[in-house]
Amino acid sequence: MTAATVMSGLLAVEVPYWASAIIKVGVIALVVPTAALVLGYVFLLKMMSFMQSRLGPMEAGPYGTLQLLADGLKFIQKEDIFPAKADRTVFALAPLVVLVSTFLIYVVIPTGPDAVVAQLDVGIFYALAVSSLSVVGILMAGWASANKYALMGGLRAAGQLIAYELPLVLAVMGVVIQAGTLDLQKIVTAQAEGEIFGWGGIGNPFILTQFVGFFIFLVAVQAETTQPPFDMPVAESEIVGGYQVEYTGFRFLFFFMGEFGTAFAFAALAAVLFLGGWALPWGDLTHWGFNIAGPVIMLVKVLAVAALIFWFRFTYPRLREDQLQRLAWKFLIPLSLVNIVVTGIFKVVL
Amino acid sequence: MIAEHVAFGIIAAVMVASALRVVTTRDIMHAALYLVIVLAGVAALFLLVGAEFTGITQVLIYIGAVIVLFLFGIMLTRTDFDQDEETDHKRKFPAILTALLLLAVMIGALVDRFEDVKLDANLPGGQTPQTTAQVSDELFSQYIVPFEAVSVLLLAALIGAIVIARREEGG
Repeated sequence: MTAATVMSGLLAVEVPYWASAIIKVGVIALVVPTAALVLGYVFLLKMMSFMQSRLGPMEAGPYGTLQLLADGLKFIQKEDIFPAKADRTVFALAPLVVLVSTFLIYVVIPTGPDAVVAQLDVGIFYALAVSSLSVVGILMAGWASANKYALMGGLRAAGQLIAYELPLVLAVMGVVIQAGTLDLQKIVTAQAEGEIFGWGGIGNPFILTQFVGFFIFLVAVQAETTQPPFDMPVAESEIVGGYQVEYTGFRFLFFFMGEFGTAFAFAALAAVLFLGGWALPWGDLTHWGFNIAGPVIMLVKVLAVAALIFWFRFTYPRLREDQLQRLAWKFLIPLSLVNIVVTGIFKVVL
Repeated sequence: MIAEHVAFGIIAAVMVASALRVVTTRDIMHAALYLVIVLAGVAALFLLVGAEFTGITQVLIYIGAVIVLFLFGIMLTRTDFDQDEETDHKRKFPAILTALLLLAVMIGALVDRFEDVKLDANLPGGQTPQTTAQVSDELFSQYIVPFEAVSVLLLAALIGAIVIARREEGG
């Protein structure tokens, strides 16, 4: 029996609805912390250290690979502290809201022809909608902490996330117009089967035609995940961590996982929208092998996008509030509108 | 259809309970957060009848934008954190009366229009009741004039809001 027949035999097994639902929830529950760990270790600890001519953590595990696991264990052991005047229920729920928003994005990200939790007709629209839920969690945290720095951080975060939500959505519009669908799977196949002036050697990854959209998307993602240079909401030197200031132990860990999990999810969305997703432009896209090769191809592309995001993070100094708003409203949004118009004209003409 | 009925019952019960808490809680922040649950319930109901696009738009617009503006406004204007005794319920009887009248009008209108109409769950070819592509096709062909009218109306409201805000700043 060849591998192919074994595989198709396995896929043919009828899995009951509840079992497949449990498996899917389990996979996402594993992927999100793993994604946060990978990004945290590769980029936050190692890449930043190398850029600053130091080694970073070296003691926990080979080359410090277990450092974040050790940190995670440390967080879980810490006392669960509520500030005396805090609104306890809202304070406790806030990190969960942020984390749920992160988990929900992963539902639609495809990693193979069948390797996707749910293929939605409105995939990318859904992903952008649920990613906007995290703002509610951040505002809840900022309010419930009963701390003026937390309140200021929450307000700064809300202002920033609302402003950068628009370029994020508008940047995606160009890709949607070109692919003619909101479905992430169909966006992947549109790129793999596309042709550049009749030459299909590398498909047609949308980064070639939508490079403006890719740039706007990356800047907006940077702001949406409140990473430097857009870290006004959590600026340590001004408001000592903003909405996170009163959080300790595993609740702080939730915020950490939410931030890096969302960064990973947005990097995956960028890989799907602009870099061709799990597919390679050669071979049969419906072949079962892509369900195994797909996640690996995706991981390579996601790490490439994440490297760009973290490269910006460690390079630029923090923007002031007025500079931040001006960049969004007076530069990125008009630019993305022009991008949509130009894409629309080309779509009609060609 | 039993599963759908059970799901509808659960969602509706949660929505009604949360809606009552929106108007009975004395903490205005909690009122806004209970409203999130109500609006999420509306989105869930849209998804339940297969209106994917409307359901997700509900999440994006109402929870992602409107509620965030509510919370933003509360955080900017309120400094007291404890239960607010000033949030009185003095006008609760006129409010209850208005709500009941509105309920009666809406039930009357819905029963009058949809008395014998049933949502057909078994469309030919296993297609969902209405896909996003169908929505946009209808919006930009059959309903293009109302769509443009609403766009102009919204633009006018936007410009009006900016003008009012700027005047207060100068005065």
